[in-house]
Amino acid sequence: MTLAPPPSSRVQLTEDGKLRHFLSVEHLPRPLLEDILDTAASFVDVGGRAIKKVPLLRGKTVVNLFFESSTRTRSTFELAAKRLSADVLNLDIAKSATSKGETLLDTLRNLEAMAADMFVVRHQDSGAPFFIANEVTPRVAVINAGDGRHAHPTQAMLDMYTIRHYKGGFDGLRVAIVGDILHSRVARSQIHALNILGAEEVRLIGPRTLLPTDVEQLGVTVFTDMAQGLKDVDVVIMLRLQKERMDSALLPSEAEFFRLYGLNNEKLRHARPDAIVMHPGPINRGVEIASEVADGPRSVILNQVTFGIAVRMAVMSMAISGQESSHNPEQGGDHGR
Amino acid sequence: MAARAHLLIRKGRVIDPLSGRDDVADLLVQDGRLVRIGASLDAPGAEIIEAEGHWVIPGLVDACVHLSVPGSGRAGDIASETRAAAGGGITHLAAQPDCGPVDSTAVVRLIREQAGQAGFARVLPVAAMTQGLAGSQLAEMATLARAGCIAVGQAGARVTDALVLKRGLEYAATFDLPVMFRPQDSALAGGGCAHDGPVATRLGLPGIPAVAESVDLARDLLLVEATGVRAHFQQISSRESLWLLREAKARGLPVTADVSIHHLLLDESAIEGFNSHCHVIPPLRGAADREALLAAVADGTIDAICSQHQPVGSSSKAAPFPASKPGISGLDSLLPLILKLVADGALPLQRALDAVTAAPARCLGIQAGQLEAGRPASLCVLAADESRGLASHWLSAGRNSPWRNATLPGVVKVTVCQGKVSWLSD
Repeated sequence: MTLAPPPSSRVQLTEDGKLRHFLSVEHLPRPLLEDILDTAASFVDVGGRAIKKVPLLRGKTVVNLFFESSTRTRSTFELAAKRLSADVLNLDIAKSATSKGETLLDTLRNLEAMAADMFVVRHQDSGAPFFIANEVTPRVAVINAGDGRHAHPTQAMLDMYTIRHYKGGFDGLRVAIVGDILHSRVARSQIHALNILGAEEVRLIGPRTLLPTDVEQLGVTVFTDMAQGLKDVDVVIMLRLQKERMDSALLPSEAEFFRLYGLNNEKLRHARPDAIVMHPGPINRGVEIASEVADGPRSVILNQVTFGIAVRMAVMSMAISGQESSHNPEQGGDHGR
Repeated sequence: MAARAHLLIRKGRVIDPLSGRDDVADLLVQDGRLVRIGASLDAPGAEIIEAEGHWVIPGLVDACVHLSVPGSGRAGDIASETRAAAGGGITHLAAQPDCGPVDSTAVVRLIREQAGQAGFARVLPVAAMTQGLAGSQLAEMATLARAGCIAVGQAGARVTDALVLKRGLEYAATFDLPVMFRPQDSALAGGGCAHDGPVATRLGLPGIPAVAESVDLARDLLLVEATGVRAHFQQISSRESLWLLREAKARGLPVTADVSIHHLLLDESAIEGFNSHCHVIPPLRGAADREALLAAVADGTIDAICSQHQPVGSSSKAAPFPASKPGISGLDSLLPLILKLVADGALPLQRALDAVTAAPARCLGIQAGQLEAGRPASLCVLAADESRGLASHWLSAGRNSPWRNATLPGVVKVTVCQGKVSWLSD
């Protein structure tokens, strides 16, 4: 007997397969991901113009709904929305002491009354953007800006953009993701995206305390040794290590972690000579990555940030257009819920 | 409700798992007792219930119900939830000690009074083993037992301090009080909300590993053996726990166990899409665990099946999965789901009914769950072949169930609780 609500792909897509919300990369069709990357490519130039705006979201209201603070991600979403000519409202809602569920629903009802067109949501609970997408009125598009350990799909897509930019595509690519996989929503979204886009092999490298249970089922090869895991890879993605991991007995010390899993030039030698190094930021120098690598010739970390704005512009414009097409009566009426 | 009357239940298929009886017969109830079971009984003046084509089974005994009392944060009240029990063919239910908590005779009296006034089912309170369920000082177990508690336990509040637990067990053993355990090591469970397996990994939900249960169960079993207390383990969910239970039973320890009906029907895949209606503690585990649990019910390693009824308001589930309140409102669906397990071929009929009647009565040490002349009459007349959508007949104030929109077999026509008609369908 099926009990669960429809899979994530059905919540996110209109009946004719257009993006309506962007909540998770999982189960999305490859052509759609490629469409996001192509659309982003058309926006990369906008940042270089004298007037950095296109009118695609003119008259639309985008609400940045951040239940977990993040200046960087929020800023890139804000910039992306403004470059699309949208009106932007930033709401930083610190984790409330009161019952979270009620607060969240009440907050949503209030925001709906403001006739917002899009919510960009970051929340500490996995699944929160799905809950919001199911609860809000059908005309509001929801973009996941990071939920718990579950997903960070725009980060994953900007990483895919970066990889495609430097490597030309995904065929035959070996990609290693290194560090705290357990707590990483970024890693989960990257794994799905890489597999959908046809990468040859996705490797995870880390100590067993930072690898989730049964993670192999996501379509990855697991390594606990850096030298073996990095051998002949084309892309190395380093993840940020939070300081509190030492307090919860997941690791003994930053020093030991850096010695075993921190990326320096010596370890990077195991990768292919033309391998690129990525990091979703902010980086911890001397913890997961040495400055010689972060600032070195293989690092594309700062370019990721630039591409991030274009990718977010692409996702936002596509979701708004998907929402509009699904509510245009001439195209088949309202099937938002 | 009808006053205590003479009742003649005619021509039903009488199924009594304890005696193994399964034949068409009449039952005569007089002065609250089942006085005769036999062919073509005659009882002038008795109220007649025609049960031809229906089943007559013992009233269900539910070993784990979380009652709704003010302050419990649950939906409904004792009247609404015991009515849901009656409508589901349940005549006896063990109320877990987390309402109140049940650590004073005043609370016990309040529960019994409200349940008595409502008159829908026998509510058997389980006393707290420690004051306020806080796990540090013993509650007045003997006094609470005298006030009507049938066992002691801690509901979900684990006694961390092994010395306190050992003394609590010794004290309970002094008065031959059974102890109900719900094993889950809090440190290993961490802040988890789903089974630590492939689904939680993909959904990014903090996991509760199966060892959180089995490690604690191992500790509890060793202390049970050391103290000689009678023990009942609730809501077993993992394969590893079954190995330990089998071994303990084989060595003759006085232990029994139950499983929630949900863990027999659902596995971790039910939480796909962040379905908060399937957020329960212990979490729904892997498909292999579910199969092992069914096998354990079949072979008797697990004695009883319970509803693990936890009715909560709709706002408690209207939240992101980790922030939603765990629990399923289980009284309305217990019997239909038992019939579904039988229809699916997952359990033989007699054993499935035994697991919700005679077996839980044995676990709780109470006289119930059987159809035997001379005993108080608690039974249920059931249209087992009739299916219906549960939603339009839902009785519990808690609508938090993944089964609410399901169509399932089993319509309870009449429930008789200790000789009184406690439910009569229209």
